[in-house]
Amino acid sequence: MAELMNIHIQGGRIIDPANNIDRVEDLYVANGNIIASGNAPDGFTADKIIDATNQIVCPGLVDLSARMREPGQEYKATLKSECAAAIAGGITTSCCPPDTTPIIDTPAMANMLTHRGREIGLTRILPLGALTRALGGETLSDMHALHRAGCVAFSNANNAITNTMVMRRAMEYASSFDLLLILHANDPWLSDIGCMHEGEISTRLGLAGIPEAAETVIVARDLALIEQTGVRAHFARLSSARSVDLIVQARKRGIKVTADVAMHHLYLTEYDVSDFNTLCRVIPPLRSERDKDRLRTAVAQGDIQAICSDHQPHERDAKLAAFSEAEPGISGLETLLPLGLKLVHEEVMDLSTLIASLSSGPAALLGIKAGSLGTGCLADICIFDPHEEWLLDSTKLLSKGHNTPFKHWPLKGRVNTTLLAGNIVYSRI
Amino acid sequence: MRPHLQYTDNGKLRHFLSIEGLQKETLQQILTTADKFTQFGQRDIKKLPLLRGHTVVNLFFENSSRTRTTFEIAAKRLSADVINLNPGTSSTSKGETLLDTVNILEAMHTDLFVIRHAKSGVAELIARHVPDHVHIINAGDGQHAHPTQAMLDMFTIRQYKGPFNELRVAIVGDILHSRVARSQIHALNTLGVHEIRVVAPNSLLPSQVERLGVHAYNDLKQGLEGVDVVMMLRLQKERMHNAYIPSEQEYFNLYGLTTESLAAAAEDAIIMHPGPINRGLEISSVVADGPRSVILPQVTNGIAVRMAVMAMVLGGEGNG
Repeated sequence: MAELMNIHIQGGRIIDPANNIDRVEDLYVANGNIIASGNAPDGFTADKIIDATNQIVCPGLVDLSARMREPGQEYKATLKSECAAAIAGGITTSCCPPDTTPIIDTPAMANMLTHRGREIGLTRILPLGALTRALGGETLSDMHALHRAGCVAFSNANNAITNTMVMRRAMEYASSFDLLLILHANDPWLSDIGCMHEGEISTRLGLAGIPEAAETVIVARDLALIEQTGVRAHFARLSSARSVDLIVQARKRGIKVTADVAMHHLYLTEYDVSDFNTLCRVIPPLRSERDKDRLRTAVAQGDIQAICSDHQPHERDAKLAAFSEAEPGISGLETLLPLGLKLVHEEVMDLSTLIASLSSGPAALLGIKAGSLGTGCLADICIFDPHEEWLLDSTKLLSKGHNTPFKHWPLKGRVNTTLLAGNIVYSRI
Repeated sequence: MRPHLQYTDNGKLRHFLSIEGLQKETLQQILTTADKFTQFGQRDIKKLPLLRGHTVVNLFFENSSRTRTTFEIAAKRLSADVINLNPGTSSTSKGETLLDTVNILEAMHTDLFVIRHAKSGVAELIARHVPDHVHIINAGDGQHAHPTQAMLDMFTIRQYKGPFNELRVAIVGDILHSRVARSQIHALNTLGVHEIRVVAPNSLLPSQVERLGVHAYNDLKQGLEGVDVVMMLRLQKERMHNAYIPSEQEYFNLYGLTTESLAAAAEDAIIMHPGPINRGLEISSVVADGPRSVILPQVTNGIAVRMAVMAMVLGGEGNG
């Protein structure tokens, strides 16, 4: 790796929600860390000056869920291709769910992923450990060892834990070591063969629906267990208004629980599926307009603490199929920030709240040192032009997955420079 | 992408994929064109040269002897060359092979594909991927649509009951899994019937079915009260295994069409069924074979209606 430079980021508007800062100020980076803001520290000479005039300087984004497809599905994407896409999207920390092949249920796998990530040196790869062995929902994984090998949290990916006792034991065990659980709320009996939200559109299209209760039943179950065990828990990718309500109520009772939403759930609804558009097949499914609005408000009000990309790149054929047969997921790394900024333009939330939900929010719930521009922090920095208008061309995505339903969407705001631990890892101009 | 996949830029019917999205005039054209073909069906020599030189491929990924046969007869009466293919479903669950199959056949200069598939949306998927000169008729996709069945039902209703606007129609049975019901509802609404009712236990009614423009009933007698047309649906016997209904016996007791339950309907109500019939499960033999049953005329009408759709899609017949 190249020797670390002294970098002077000049004239940008610093938005640093973790420290409650929103002002135009210079930033100084040395030895991979942020060493000062405002005036240059004594004796500082810049090797590189980045002119950030009229641009926004914020913490590098922290993404709670990105499937890089490696190892196991390199025909869809590779760590190398997806790390490059992440960094172009301003994402400096990417959490990888454990459903790779092999599954991240051994320390060796966790180590391997972290090392591969470091070797590539673009975005920081944080593995999520499997909550149960082989994600089978029956035996607990070696959580403590996995944690020591770098797993920042534990999840059973999209595989349900149907045995309530196993879930209870997993929570009890994790709570012994203050480990974080990331939960995907889905009752597989209710989801059954469903492939989209159950409602008017599924009825019109004759597609098997996934009822809202498939999510709320498990949110309610898991909240009861979280309350009983006191585990640190987080609900990933909520899709329905009623789930948000359940979590808000639980937080009011003092239960420590957080939640995130995938960016596409803040824009798309069941109506986007109405011409069998397989690009809109996702898990959990896109729900009603009312659900979308509630999710937006929840982020704006801090009831949902993070927005993730839920990045799932696919090869073309994975989506060239009957709707029910198409593989679920959207390639989301490079649209995470621009779509987020659209929420600001639409006045759903202010810029600082958005940046918080993309950086300090997820960092805080993971308990990692990221998402802050405070002096002494690691220099993971994203610099973007909030004014640039552009059309998304899916064929120009750096991700190997071109599966985005947002192609041709007019977007405003684009990343110009990304720093990872003081290295300029991406520069558009 | 074409805004209306089923029409060409100058408003001609290009594909026939679902009733939803079609204009009332198009449905009426299908009916009047089918009228003409019905008269030819009664002649000794039943062939018309309309589609001479055209190749029609019946691509049935899901088996069906009845629908496939009537499509084959319809195409042959119009002098088209007809090929029947049953690729089966096993090797074509992936989209690539599904589209590959179509690409290969298209390379053999096929003009029209009649497609049946077990998954909803396949006819539309294929229609989006074929070049402009290739046409698609949906012969049933999953639980989504079966538009030619719906049109032959409309033809039969018009034949026996006259204009649509005064009619009350009840559709009885497994609405949840029925592509036939969905297409019938769209067709009846487009043609402007007075009222559509669906009758089933809630476990066999799809979510928010009222949004399709129907009234839902759980009670058969209430649902049949005063209706002019009773459209029965086939109930798959395996529905009990997934807990949709408790037993065949209980279902027949509550929703089976018998002389007794039919008494609630208008005196001159007609009985329809898309077939094949489960006698003693959804309908009693007395009713199915009775004087008000038009189940066999439905089959006969299927040929003329499918001729009409093929002629309109391929030959410009009835397209002004």
